[in-house]
Amino acid sequence: MIEALQRMKSPGFLVLLAGVLMGPAFVIAAEETAAATEHAAQAAHGEGEGVDWQGWRAGNQVSDTASLQRGAANFVNYCLGCHSLKYMRYSRLATDLNITTPQLVTNLIPGSAKATDYIVSSFPATEAEAWFGRVPPDLSLITRSRGRDYVYRFLKGFYVDHTRPTGSNNLALDGAAMPAVLSDLEGVKRAVFAPGEATEAGKRVERFEVVSPGRLNAAQYDGFVRDTVNFLDYAGDPSQVRRRGIGIWVVLFLLVFTGFAWMLKKEYWKDVH
Amino acid sequence: MAGNNDALPVRTGFLAWLNKRLPVDQFMRDQLTGYYAPKNFNFWYYFGVLSLVALVIQLVTGIFLTMHYKVGETTAFDSVQYIMREVPYGDLLRYMHSTGASFFFIVVYLHMFRALLYGSYKAPRELLWLFGMAIYLALMAEGFMGYVLPWGNMSFWGAQVIVNLFGTIPVIGPGLVDWIRGDYGIADATLNRFFALHVVAIPLVLLLLVALHLVALRHNGSNNPDGIEIKEKKGADGKPLDGIPFHPYYTVKDLVGVGLFLVLFAIVVFFVPTFGGLFLEGPNFEPVNPLSTPDEIAPVWYFTPFYAILRAVPDQRLGALLMAASLIFFLLLPWLDRSPVKSIRYRGPTWKIALAVFAISFIGLGYLGLQKPEGIYVAAARVLTALYFAFFILMPLYTRGESTRRVPDRVTSSHD
Repeated sequence: MIEALQRMKSPGFLVLLAGVLMGPAFVIAAEETAAATEHAAQAAHGEGEGVDWQGWRAGNQVSDTASLQRGAANFVNYCLGCHSLKYMRYSRLATDLNITTPQLVTNLIPGSAKATDYIVSSFPATEAEAWFGRVPPDLSLITRSRGRDYVYRFLKGFYVDHTRPTGSNNLALDGAAMPAVLSDLEGVKRAVFAPGEATEAGKRVERFEVVSPGRLNAAQYDGFVRDTVNFLDYAGDPSQVRRRGIGIWVVLFLLVFTGFAWMLKKEYWKDVH
Repeated sequence: MAGNNDALPVRTGFLAWLNKRLPVDQFMRDQLTGYYAPKNFNFWYYFGVLSLVALVIQLVTGIFLTMHYKVGETTAFDSVQYIMREVPYGDLLRYMHSTGASFFFIVVYLHMFRALLYGSYKAPRELLWLFGMAIYLALMAEGFMGYVLPWGNMSFWGAQVIVNLFGTIPVIGPGLVDWIRGDYGIADATLNRFFALHVVAIPLVLLLLVALHLVALRHNGSNNPDGIEIKEKKGADGKPLDGIPFHPYYTVKDLVGVGLFLVLFAIVVFFVPTFGGLFLEGPNFEPVNPLSTPDEIAPVWYFTPFYAILRAVPDQRLGALLMAASLIFFLLLPWLDRSPVKSIRYRGPTWKIALAVFAISFIGLGYLGLQKPEGIYVAAARVLTALYFAFFILMPLYTRGESTRRVPDRVTSSHD
């Protein structure tokens, strides 16, 4: 192996180095696109041999501005009561998501806030702690620290559990302090667990049973959650779409530059034997 | 280094004035146009210049980050998010710096492996190797302290683990740990001094070491894939027969390598800056919380081979000792290798097998350092640790009488 490597000529080296470094990059990119397809497969899969909730993927597209707009509205209506996005300003949101200032003011900004304010909940921390036992975490970086799939599983993972003070528990976060605030949309569901111990990956669910339906059907609620996760994904790194847009041109420029450098090298080296 | 008697260009006007006061032309002749490098460098010889490129990227992006970063336990984490969101193109600055750190280590590891392949550490280049190792150790300190600065939860717990290693030193250990931290725990004082060291002290040391590394390199000239001293075969004009002027030949060739490096670098910076949690870890997007230990405290990938060695030993003090030894053995390499031949091309099968085993153990330990230490992984880490040390400890034995092939008088292959 080593001999093969050290005999490697430049073109081989280009391929090798590119392979070593870009391989994982492509794997990651491929995983992201595969997630969406996989998700469709899950939906069709039904609940035959248990619910593979650990395998649920967000499959969101952060370049989908319409989805981000819906997600922003979801966040303001359902999350902002308790959770902040303390590193995001309303105005940044408007610029990035093509929201006009009148739209922003009438639909997204709560009463007293200004467009340039950070998105901060008006729920006082001390009161929140008294109610729930802990301060609701800031969500600016939740998709970055836990991953967007985690948030997706969390928002779809509430089930009835009368042993909990909130009357509900969560598959993705056992003993979650957060009550099932989205149950008027999703409905209330009971989880029937498979016999045997919970694995490291979490409890094993055989099936869900509907206790009471919500205002949205399963597909609609799934869309609601995906839009919300998409928005939080955006909020975790608001420059990501713009960055990728610039990146294509930077990489193209560097490829052209390297091509010219390669030709220059060939020209200079043709008399070296 | 010098010893070049080519005539300097005749200058008039400003250039004559300048050269009388600053030896620009002389420097160009001695170090670039009249400096003869072996003509048979292959792709492994790109990683020296690429290390320099990585260093420059880190210095420049680091300076701009310092303009916006606010050191302090209550401000550091927020200021990183300020850079990511409110500083124009701050996200690019930050990702170039974080990706640059990983790329720096990638090229340095490949650069070091090149030295192993072609015996670049052997006489008369032992000091060159030692300066390089000093750079590597300084780089590890730089990387570790830089990782603490964002003050995320993994910064805190990582610092906790690494600093506590010094506590295993007998007698002075506990006091030393307090002295390093400047407090009885990882705290504001620790963050402040790590900032000072990361931004001022270690970069100065690094630049000095790089200068020494380059002076030592130019003094004897580069080794090459055949392990032949090109200065021993000179033509009638006194120039090495197998040498070509560094400029323009290697400057244009390195330009290709740099271009390619930047393509890969840009792909990561723009499209996969966290590299699936390998370059930037998820738990570090949560602020420091001394009450909440991350599920698994794992250092960034470039430290994981040594971390795996540390964890392979049940006793913490012994583990720390072994980890230190794993680095010290690198320093001894020029004296452990007794083979009369430099390049792997002319060395016997024992060395080839030993080097392959070492490469596998290093990469394997790097992988294991990222996994939870349980089950088969613990046993695997112990086996690979044993192989890692066997490579060094047994080296005088298996290299002394090794069967080698005759080294040719002149380099075998020209450029590619």
